[in-house]
Amino acid sequence: MAALRLEAISKTFPNGHTAIHHVDLAIDEGEFLVLVGPSGCGKSTLLRLIAGLETPSAGRIFLGAVDVTGVPPQARDLAMVFQSYALYPHMSVRDNLGYGLKVRRTAPAIVAQRVVDVAAALDIEDLLDRRPAQLSGGQRQRVALGRAMVRQPNAFLLDEPLSNLDPALRAQARAELRRLHGRLGVTVVYVTHDQEEAMTLGGRVAVMRDGVVEQIAPPLEVYARPVNTFVARFIGAPAMNLVPASLVGIDTPPGAVAGIRPQDLSLAGSGQLRATVDLVEPRGHDYLLHLRLDQPGLDPLLAVVAGAVPPAVGARTFVAVARERLHLFDGNSGTRLA
Amino acid sequence: MRVVGSGVAVLAGAALLTMLLFPICWMIASSVTPESRLFQSPRLLPSALSFEHYRALFDERDFLVPVRNSLVVAATTTVVAVPVAALCGYALARLRFRGRGFLLALILAVSMFPQISIVPPLYLMLRELRLLDTYPGLILPYVTFSAPLAVWLLTAFFRHLSPELEEAAMLDGASRVRALWDVVLPLAAPGVASATILTFLYCWNEFLFALSFTLGPERYTVPVAVTLLRGRYQVPWGQVLAATVLATIPVALLVLTCQRRIVAGLTAGASKG
Repeated sequence: MAALRLEAISKTFPNGHTAIHHVDLAIDEGEFLVLVGPSGCGKSTLLRLIAGLETPSAGRIFLGAVDVTGVPPQARDLAMVFQSYALYPHMSVRDNLGYGLKVRRTAPAIVAQRVVDVAAALDIEDLLDRRPAQLSGGQRQRVALGRAMVRQPNAFLLDEPLSNLDPALRAQARAELRRLHGRLGVTVVYVTHDQEEAMTLGGRVAVMRDGVVEQIAPPLEVYARPVNTFVARFIGAPAMNLVPASLVGIDTPPGAVAGIRPQDLSLAGSGQLRATVDLVEPRGHDYLLHLRLDQPGLDPLLAVVAGAVPPAVGARTFVAVARERLHLFDGNSGTRLA
Repeated sequence: MRVVGSGVAVLAGAALLTMLLFPICWMIASSVTPESRLFQSPRLLPSALSFEHYRALFDERDFLVPVRNSLVVAATTTVVAVPVAALCGYALARLRFRGRGFLLALILAVSMFPQISIVPPLYLMLRELRLLDTYPGLILPYVTFSAPLAVWLLTAFFRHLSPELEEAAMLDGASRVRALWDVVLPLAAPGVASATILTFLYCWNEFLFALSFTLGPERYTVPVAVTLLRGRYQVPWGQVLAATVLATIPVALLVLTCQRRIVAGLTAGASKG
């Protein structure tokens, strides 16, 4: 049975803005689900609905078999890590960690023990007597995570928990989160706007746009078979190229759009596409090329090519397309054709 | 440059302090000067120490009664008004409901009425309720008039706190009231302290209602009692000044204790990362 189920959830705010349109979602026990999308797509609102911090305008929310739609957050037994961490500034780390247990009238000895256990698991034992203001960003993030872990809740809700960390720390924290999830086996709903985080963390990824879940699938499937042009361009970096399908020799159906990942393009001695090298961005082990096609009115193609020597800016070249890796979309609706 | 700047600042501070402290020094000095010397050439340090005015206040006038009345009325009003204002301010700061702005304006409007204009109707109401010349007869109007300011002050304070902190507390299992108590109020301590001081001061200094709604010396508050010290043909200045010194002491104590709280609260707020 699903640990967490949303049935036809909609949310319209008092100002008339509809943040969530009729979303259905089922999350399995122990699953790591990532909600990803551009800012304003409703992913954080969806998380707040699950947490009980917002009430849905329509639809129902189930935790296990229990309908919790009207249940206040304190009775849902969920844990949430906020983007700002929201540590209680007037309490020590120890009290921050133990607060959830204290409120639930756990015996003080057990609270103290759980706090020490969690602190040991997260390697923050030395910080227990400090105030949040005395911690670095990475330490605060651990404390926020610890505050969620200490209670063994029904599910973890994480709202962009890594976005306030610097890149090196973020990669480390990401790996740690994965390991932690593997060890604890808890249900996690994770919100991010970063497609790379979504790809690396998620057991399944739900890509959202304008309050609608566009696609929900394991990350590699979302990458390999995006259901529409929006998902295709949002997942994968650099973003997928979209060109008229006729350009690559596909005429049926008329008006179709071909999607080509920059990694699936290569420079060649001959081919049906001719282009001029517009810009070369070295990326270390490869180069990102901006190619201006001879056909007028098209966006530059992005291509990732390896090799010791990049082509010169202004050079004329043919572009070869890996045919079997083309994505084909409907020209009007943008939905996937095959 | 910097030395000159700080020198100017010190001078300005000293000038301001002298201006503020001068009347207080005079008040204290005069209150311990014997009556016979009060109108000689004034001096800041008393030429002869005498507690005759204080003695007279307590032996002849029973000044303890108005002090007790004022303390009871001001403390009760504060204890009632500040928690009510805290709950009210929290609701106004956090809950989304129709007409919130209008309600805030209405609350402020209550305290905008010139007091004198509502003395007669209030007098009649209190007479009907048989509350004239009683503590509740003063406390009720005081709560009404002091709460709006406290509500505004606390609303502004609560708005400045991140709602995520309460949300975190609620996800940790706390009810909204528990979150208010455990998380919001400690962080709003400076605001609560300010509201407490202002409410207490309002009641302590209030004169018009106290004069209108009390009927005899056993219910007079300090401002009324001090005013009525003056006789028909003479003003016992020494006693008046001794009384004002006594009236200042509780206020000074309150501000000093709360000030420590305010400073502590401010640093706790600053530690919010």
